[in-house]
Amino acid sequence: MTGRVHLYDIDNIDTDRIIPGKYTKTLDVSTFADHCLEDLDSDFKHKVQQGDVLVGGWNFGCGSSREQAPIALKVSGISVVIARSFSRIFYRNAINIGLPILEIPDHTIADGASLEIDLESGKVYDGNTEYSASPLPQVMIDILNEGGLVPYLKKHKTYTF
Amino acid sequence: MSLWQIFNMGQTISEKILSAHAGYDVKAGELAIVNVDSAMASDTTAPLTLKAFKEMGGTTPWNSEKTIFVIDHASPAPNERIANLHKLMREFARKTNSVLYDEGAGICHQIMVEEQHVKPGQLVIGADSHTVTYGALGAFSTGVGSTDLAAIMLTGKTWLKVPESIKIILKGKPNPGVTAKDIILEVVGKIGLNGATYKALEYSGSTLEYLTLGDRMTIANMAVEMGGKAGIIETSGLELPYHFEPVLPDSDAEYSQTLTIDVSSIRPKIAKPHSPENVCDIDDVLGTKIDMAFIGTCTNGRLEDLQLAASILKGKKLATGVRMLITPASRNVLNHAMADGTMNILSEAGATFIPPGCGPCVGTHLGVPGNNEIILSTANRNFPGRMGNPNASVYLASPAVVAASALTGVITDPESLDK
Repeated sequence: MTGRVHLYDIDNIDTDRIIPGKYTKTLDVSTFADHCLEDLDSDFKHKVQQGDVLVGGWNFGCGSSREQAPIALKVSGISVVIARSFSRIFYRNAINIGLPILEIPDHTIADGASLEIDLESGKVYDGNTEYSASPLPQVMIDILNEGGLVPYLKKHKTYTF
Repeated sequence: MSLWQIFNMGQTISEKILSAHAGYDVKAGELAIVNVDSAMASDTTAPLTLKAFKEMGGTTPWNSEKTIFVIDHASPAPNERIANLHKLMREFARKTNSVLYDEGAGICHQIMVEEQHVKPGQLVIGADSHTVTYGALGAFSTGVGSTDLAAIMLTGKTWLKVPESIKIILKGKPNPGVTAKDIILEVVGKIGLNGATYKALEYSGSTLEYLTLGDRMTIANMAVEMGGKAGIIETSGLELPYHFEPVLPDSDAEYSQTLTIDVSSIRPKIAKPHSPENVCDIDDVLGTKIDMAFIGTCTNGRLEDLQLAASILKGKKLATGVRMLITPASRNVLNHAMADGTMNILSEAGATFIPPGCGPCVGTHLGVPGNNEIILSTANRNFPGRMGNPNASVYLASPAVVAASALTGVITDPESLDK
């Protein structure tokens, strides 16, 4: 797959900035797209297109446990999130809702770059350099391959590994 | 005899608790499927949890008595949309005999401890990041998102990576005016916002004998502000209204890092905008003008916090131009604070009360600050927009510092006030 980069190489982008708490209390998750990242970049919702890739800094998604944060990125059109590192709850939540994430600690990916991404191998190519993401644990690969934790459990009924 | 015992390697508290819940000995770095003792969700996370649970094919939770819902984040409902989400929670709880604490009962984490839904040595998972608070009881507890919680409701299990632990040794007696909040802000300042990611913090040391259950909850609560998966405090010196077997680490347990903090030398602390790791001694920000003082939250909304504020505000009035909001952590806290006169003292000083719950901490309703306003708060987070307005600035401090500052209108060391 390929995707265009929105670079926010800022550390500790927390869940309040990904989707402020005041917008999270609804089951109509499509509404999150109107407010995703609005306190970080009020233009984000106008710039983002289906299939784009978000690239963040260290400790991306720290703060609250709200699953609305990865959902907000997904409904905005983001197909993959790359960060130097992730907070642990965001990491789990993203996989659980079927949003692929890749941890690449050291990179010089530029804003607007077009990335070629192979999710299976974790290889990312920005036209100049090929990067390798830290591998996911097998259970997360299994969950992601099923499309998220809901379809995974619908099929397997319990965790298997 | 297991391989573990043959090699006689010591275990951390986290490894011991997770081994007991996996059914075999586990060590840091391993993935394990573990049995969960209780599962909790709030009104921020429960609606998505229930949706996911239904989509997974779930009808009734694996154990209704261990499935707890709390309406606290936007409670009472500020609008019809949220009112309907609350209704969804009530209906599900009624239909499945799950446990529900409705509006006014208080903050989920306070209730889980007060109502004994968590005990020492247990493994409790909540769909709220501050679920780490139960480390105060020597339990392993951590936050997950809605879908992970739905999976626990379905299976009674979750999967976890057994974390490495950071050992924090707290030694010495805190000075007058220095509280558990100052201790944990010191720790957060030293470890940093990312310093404990994927790890557990395990606290021990001579300071523990001075710490009440409430103090321990304040300290355990902010583990997640360092990225921690858990913040477990050894139960030495902890008195509970029931018998329990303490889970202590082995003397040869392995830690990824050990940090010793001399509590007797720390000053009251402040976390400056806009990050909980932006910690300084109060002396660096004395005199900073404030518009709003807020005492409450799962970090510092307990009876002792309100009593501490009342001891400073007794017979006095808030500074002109300063407003003060108080949110008791639970109805139980509120009832005690009414019975002993604490609420009267605070009200006569000019404070405004918000019903027990999360209140202004999460920026959903009640107490949203205006542009360029400065808030001094006892909460655990001060990220931009946290209280509902990205153009406001939030400083974090202890209830003593917040009360003293509300009296003067500027950030004030409580020990500097005339007694």
